[in-house]
Amino acid sequence: MDILIYGIINSFSLALMAIGFTLVYGISRLPNFAHGALYVITGFGVWWFVHKLHLNYLVSILLALALMGMIGAAIYRFILIRVRGMATSEIIATYALGLAILEFLRWGGFKGMTYTLPVFIEGSVNIGGVPVDFQRMMVIGIGIVVVSFMWLFTHFNRTGLALRGMAQDEHAAMMLGIDSDRMAVIAMAMGSILAGLSAIVLLPLGNIVVEAGYNVLILSIAVCIVGGLGSWVGAILAAFMIGFLQIITVAYIQSHFQMVVALLAIIVTLILRPSGFFGKQKELEERV
Amino acid sequence: MDKVERRKERIDRGIKVRTEGIYAVSSWQEVAYLVLPRLVLIVGLLLLPLIIPPLFGPYWKRVISYAAIYGLLALGFDFLAHFVGLVSLGGAFFIGVGGYTAAILNISLGLSPLFTIPMATVGGAIICTLLLLPALPLRGVYFAIVTLMYPLALMRIIEALNIFGGTDGILGVAGFPNTWIEQYLIILIVIFALFGLRRLVNEDIGLVFRGVKDNDQSVRASGLSITLYKAIAVFIASGLGCLGGAYLAHIYMWSGISQFALDFSVIPIAATVIGGGGTLVGPLLGCFFLVPISEWLRTFGTLRIVFYSVILMAFIMFRSEGVMVFAQRKYHQFQRWVKV
Amino acid sequence: MSGENILEVTDVCKSFGGVQALLNVSFTIQQGDVFGIIGPNGSGKTTLINCITGFIKMNSGKILYKGKDISYKAPNQIANLGLTRTFQIMRPYYSLPAYKNLIIPLFSPRARRKGGWRGGGKLGDRGTVSIDILEEIGFERDSFVPYKLASSLPTGYLKRLELARCLALRPDLILCDEVFSGLSMSEIASMVPLIEKLQMDGITLVMIEHRLRELFRVASRVMVLNFGEKLTEGIPEEVMQDERVKEAYLGSEKLLDYKFEA
Repeated sequence: MDILIYGIINSFSLALMAIGFTLVYGISRLPNFAHGALYVITGFGVWWFVHKLHLNYLVSILLALALMGMIGAAIYRFILIRVRGMATSEIIATYALGLAILEFLRWGGFKGMTYTLPVFIEGSVNIGGVPVDFQRMMVIGIGIVVVSFMWLFTHFNRTGLALRGMAQDEHAAMMLGIDSDRMAVIAMAMGSILAGLSAIVLLPLGNIVVEAGYNVLILSIAVCIVGGLGSWVGAILAAFMIGFLQIITVAYIQSHFQMVVALLAIIVTLILRPSGFFGKQKELEERV
Repeated sequence: MDKVERRKERIDRGIKVRTEGIYAVSSWQEVAYLVLPRLVLIVGLLLLPLIIPPLFGPYWKRVISYAAIYGLLALGFDFLAHFVGLVSLGGAFFIGVGGYTAAILNISLGLSPLFTIPMATVGGAIICTLLLLPALPLRGVYFAIVTLMYPLALMRIIEALNIFGGTDGILGVAGFPNTWIEQYLIILIVIFALFGLRRLVNEDIGLVFRGVKDNDQSVRASGLSITLYKAIAVFIASGLGCLGGAYLAHIYMWSGISQFALDFSVIPIAATVIGGGGTLVGPLLGCFFLVPISEWLRTFGTLRIVFYSVILMAFIMFRSEGVMVFAQRKYHQFQRWVKV
Repeated sequence: MSGENILEVTDVCKSFGGVQALLNVSFTIQQGDVFGIIGPNGSGKTTLINCITGFIKMNSGKILYKGKDISYKAPNQIANLGLTRTFQIMRPYYSLPAYKNLIIPLFSPRARRKGGWRGGGKLGDRGTVSIDILEEIGFERDSFVPYKLASSLPTGYLKRLELARCLALRPDLILCDEVFSGLSMSEIASMVPLIEKLQMDGITLVMIEHRLRELFRVASRVMVLNFGEKLTEGIPEEVMQDERVKEAYLGSEKLLDYKFEA
């Protein structure tokens, strides 16, 4: 029973982390290797607002998310737009950016145990004999909200539909008047906000450490590959698959094997079904 | 007042054209034109261990070796990225695999560096190629992802499972019998690697690699397996990296998870972008420039990584072609403004 | 020379999302034939070639080449069996001289197996072999043409270069995707003898074409595709008399008589 509960929590955590990455890739074919950095920087941002500027917690959160959106947009508008189309350079640029941010934070003294964010609501509840604290329930709650929002947004909102069009066929979308650069800016902004949101929900469960940036990046990528790069439905399903696999390994083998699960998941997916187990099959069609 | 429109025109220098044929050997000037750059490079590299330490202190002897090892990684990166189309974000992966293999061979089998280094080079290359194999038939971004992931994941796995010495690493690895060997062997290796790779890309098989990069559909339609040739390229590049890693293990006399460190991933990329992608010699020289700076910046902690990342991004953003590309162009061509 | 079935395509189906590109396309080709595939734009001709040569996976269907099932093989494996193709949008290696474009196919297992060009045996210097192949395809040997950069060659030569790329593999069958398109009248005039020469060398040709007059000069049988389905198949004269074919090309309002040159 506890496997079920922890499995669900872990799965939603992974889904929240991964959805930002898969969004950006799905829409603009940009692998945002700075994803983990954006996660960590949101955490530190909120901490700084709360502890140094003494702002209200909720205000800090909203402010941080807004900032993340702007940062994401700025990253595309000023950096990525210049390397658009050159796959090699795109990869190097986001990688270097992520590295610069994370290592800067590390140098700036942001390491060790001293930085934490408070949980939203104290206390815990008992489900089926398993104590679950409210923060973890928030993970599930916010996870469901985000997933539903994504679905509604991309099916009913004009911008969302435009994003979906870009994801399916960039050229067709451009011919219909959808501006690819503008969509990319929106995608990056949303992806950054989602990264930040996952940080805000998950970081109170532990400490804010720079290492989390790399871990989040690996896990997000693992989930996205298994689910099919670019498919957010796939990412969610894959998050569940990996989430449960991780919890099961912790329960029956050893807790240290979590990373191994992620790595193996990537390798196995690439060997067996490179376009992802849950994504739309079109990804690896050869173009002629 | 009419505005005179002008455009830049670049023409090969006369001497370059003259040296293209077999008659290049007919005059001293032409021979010098061809040979001088290469000679300066080789002699310069060979003289480094003799010049630097007296001027800057004995610590810097090691730095030269580090620069050479990074140079091997940079050569591998440039080769993969600009001649085959694969971006390798994890130089640390090769160093780590090479280092651990050499250390294990040395400790468990008692083999001397004379044997462990070649064995770790080939064995490590095989291991790396096999591990990277699943990503090879796929789009380039998958290769980048997998090379990014392996060092990060392996680091955490070794730490968590406490294998191969865990966080402490493998201690007591044998060193080199003689500091001169330690110094000069790596420089010779680097020189051979540079000229060897350069030869390789100019041979026919280099054309196949370039085809894989630029025109893979045509290569497939011509009956060649893209995966096979990518694997060959990865084998070569990872061999270079593992060689560096094995060498490093014997210099440190230790092998640990820091061999998977980020420096090994970032500096080759930065060196390539700054030095000039596609020239092979540019990335190598870039390393000899960046590594000393990196050592000097060590006092600032991880800020140095921020430093290279930012410079890297600046170069990429402003589409700079890199120092060596610029230099080669100046050497071979001159440009002038011409009326349109 | 002729007689055996070299290519048997049975019930090939391919859909992209909601679009049915190919539906139950079947045909058989005899060895040594020149077989034309025609049809209006969007009828699925290039998709058909991609499925046959392995660049796209079919949804269902079977393709037999010389009796062997090649339905889901990889493009390079199919090429190594002797079934080659040209690309409609040509992809030479622009920054290389013409003859160096042929060095890559010479690396393939098939080219190595089938040996050199003047008598059997292992390939010598690939550069020399490339020049030989170019000569076969009509590049003047002692001129500077084989050494010109591919980016500076006119379309006619580039089309020949594509064919040369296939020839390097010593193929039994070449699938030509619109070799006549984009050529001037004089270039076509020199291309037709080349096609005839290839046929005389025993190579089976499958030609996808829009330029019907030139195609009918060389093709013995022709198949018509429309909206992914096979309309009809037969000798050119009969096919062009078919009402459905005329309707497919020209629409049902006007019916034109198509005059033939012998």
